Amino acid sequence: MTAEIGHFALILALLLSCLQASVPMWGAHRGDSALIGFGRTAAQLQALLIAVSFVALANSFVAGDFSVALVAGHSNATQPGIYRFAATWGNHEGSMLLWVLILAVFGAGLARFPGNIREALLARTLAVQGMIGAAFIAFLLFTSNPFERLSPAPFDGRELNPLLQDPGLVLHPPLLYLGYVGFSVAFSFAAAALIEGRVDAAWARWVRPWILAAWVCLTAGIALGSFWAYYELGWGGWWFWDPVENASLMPWLMGTALLHSALVLERRGALVSWTILLAVLTFSMSLIGTFLVRSGILTSVHAFAVDPERGVFILALIIGATGGALGLFAWRAPAMKSGALFGSVSRETGLSLNNLFLMAATAVVFLGTFYPVIMEAVNGDKISVGPPYYNLTFAPVMIPLLLLVTIGPVLQWKRDSLRSVFGKVRWPAIVALGTGVAAIVFLGGKSVLAGIGFALAVWLIVGAFIVPWRRRHLLRTTPMSVVGMVIAHAGLGVMTAGVTAMSGFETSKVLVMRPGDTATLRDARFTLSAVDAVRGPNYEAQRAQFSVRQGNTIRDLTSERRFYPNSQNQTTEAGIGGGILGNVYVAIGAPDPGGVGITVRIYHHPLVGWIWGGALLMALGGIASLSDRRFRIGVGASARPLAPTMPGAFGVPAE
Amino acid sequence: MNRFLLATLLAIAVPAHAVLPSEQLADPALEARAREISKELRCVVCQNQSIDDSDAPLAADLRVIVREQLRLGKTDAQAKEYLVTRYGSYVLLRPPFRYDTWLLWLGPFAVLLAGAGLVIAWLRARRGVAETPALTPQEQARLDALTKD
Repeated sequence: MTAEIGHFALILALLLSCLQASVPMWGAHRGDSALIGFGRTAAQLQALLIAVSFVALANSFVAGDFSVALVAGHSNATQPGIYRFAATWGNHEGSMLLWVLILAVFGAGLARFPGNIREALLARTLAVQGMIGAAFIAFLLFTSNPFERLSPAPFDGRELNPLLQDPGLVLHPPLLYLGYVGFSVAFSFAAAALIEGRVDAAWARWVRPWILAAWVCLTAGIALGSFWAYYELGWGGWWFWDPVENASLMPWLMGTALLHSALVLERRGALVSWTILLAVLTFSMSLIGTFLVRSGILTSVHAFAVDPERGVFILALIIGATGGALGLFAWRAPAMKSGALFGSVSRETGLSLNNLFLMAATAVVFLGTFYPVIMEAVNGDKISVGPPYYNLTFAPVMIPLLLLVTIGPVLQWKRDSLRSVFGKVRWPAIVALGTGVAAIVFLGGKSVLAGIGFALAVWLIVGAFIVPWRRRHLLRTTPMSVVGMVIAHAGLGVMTAGVTAMSGFETSKVLVMRPGDTATLRDARFTLSAVDAVRGPNYEAQRAQFSVRQGNTIRDLTSERRFYPNSQNQTTEAGIGGGILGNVYVAIGAPDPGGVGITVRIYHHPLVGWIWGGALLMALGGIASLSDRRFRIGVGASARPLAPTMPGAFGVPAE
Repeated sequence: MNRFLLATLLAIAVPAHAVLPSEQLADPALEARAREISKELRCVVCQNQSIDDSDAPLAADLRVIVREQLRLGKTDAQAKEYLVTRYGSYVLLRPPFRYDTWLLWLGPFAVLLAGAGLVIAWLRARRGVAETPALTPQEQARLDALTKD
């Protein structure tokens, strides 16, 4: 019965979203405030309906209603309760329902807390949001219905993929989707502004919190996914350039560019068309990411859906949404040229260059992901594009970008001189160069790349504090947006240090050990103390206990090899000893064919925690920036005196 | 029970991930080279894994082949070539630079150059105006309003 309630709520949501897509748009056109107001009601009601639908599905999963096909396919009575619940989105249909739920929640949030957004703009934005909702709910109902029943119902279900039975599944997909789908708000805002033919600084100020919120979630989601892969896949990699990872990285790179270009629009009323275009493209990247994952066009470790019908539907969605928005753009954008000017050395130029490098970085990921597919379609040749390609092409694009990150915030808006900039960044530059040279000298001549990496890290971390240092007498009044920038840019530096250390100085050993044996890796001595068989709720495992001695500290690490009899799957649980300067990581493999020992892999991962720490700092920076009071107090009040077509040339403080 | 469990685990005998101790070469320099080469070769039956990371039996075979080639005194390039002649360039995780892959390799830099060209052209076109920022009518009106009282 619950499944039918969910199904019914979803159908109602589809009908309602069609109304939401049309009525407020018509109302905004006619200037009818009753029709305009309907958008807000519809958006909230729609979130409620989809929430009902989602709760119904989650309930079927938790209760173990195996007459629902989806539950029977991805849940098993022996699965721990939390994974029976999280299995709701650990499959194609359920995760698309989560996608739609988050889309609706964003729409409802916008309707509930509109701030001082112009009524007509809000109505149009909600209407566009309704169109996306209608398309995706239709996708769910017609190609991936989560509520289909099985008859006769099986006695028990097939188990969720054991790799997914992990705390990571509880948080990673929802966070990632909050990021992906959050960019839909920017898309809808952009489309609405194009329909109105009016974009100004106030527009940027309304949309920026939504971009920031989406970006924060996406950053945290990607970091969490990377950490999950690190401890679960059992060989200590943290990024694999897997197409599914790339699918989340592309919207992140574009979203980062959007975040910065919207800043220029908000403060200076410049880069109007570009920001709109970027808002459209960022969400298109999210859609392409969804397509990559959901269509199974690129089979990879993550992809668990292979069905061409769905792929074609999403492809049509992408073409419809992106094509429609780009068409609108081509039609309306030429009329929206902004009059805001800036010199060739200015913060505006710095942020334009930021966008340029981020676009090139996106191009690297895009080409690397799609080139093999396109080539196979064109001439039937199969090639592989793996980590070596990305390492060679991504770094040359990122290094200038990282150099720019410290320079950008010290540039003046409108016009600046190179001389004054060099004066401001002198000390961070000297410290960074010193670090780089020291690193090369101490680590040996082979490590020129590592020297560059560490120099960049120091440049970013020290450089992030130039702005607060220069206003140290006014430190108490530092706006939260500046605090956010400092934390995020320093976080990028922390991450750079981690990536550099991991790419150059990771060490590992593979050997056969018997209980009592000891192995040494760098300063750590690993002793295998015991090997036992243990039984978990839905798995059997071989557990090896190690005692690891580093200096005077001794730690006990446990690594398991789990076997899930229901699905005949096997997973590895690594034993990880975390530390500021690096982790020790141990994973066991198969018993040695020839003897009584087991295969053991031990690793030392220098500064690996800095990678996720840095990413979390970036997300924290975003949160700090989100709390800036500028977003809460009346931009409307200061922008209202402007003539309607005048992008905020004044009235908006040019900091 | 425990003995039964261990027996089950042994019976499954799925090889563990990545390089096995028995495959490793005695010469550490040669073994290090083999690891580096393995990272650049795709496990052709896997989904996006190098033979160094993969636990598939085929990956193990390829690792052994690479090590044999190195033991025969072949260079890194020759060892890779040996596999390319058998599996095609699909086995290379670093795609070769060819007539049909130049776009892949140069594309990002083309984007960078084209973008840089656009930014420069745009700044040039605007420089003349930017140096002498004239007041727009609205600004002028507001300035007048402000200076009146």
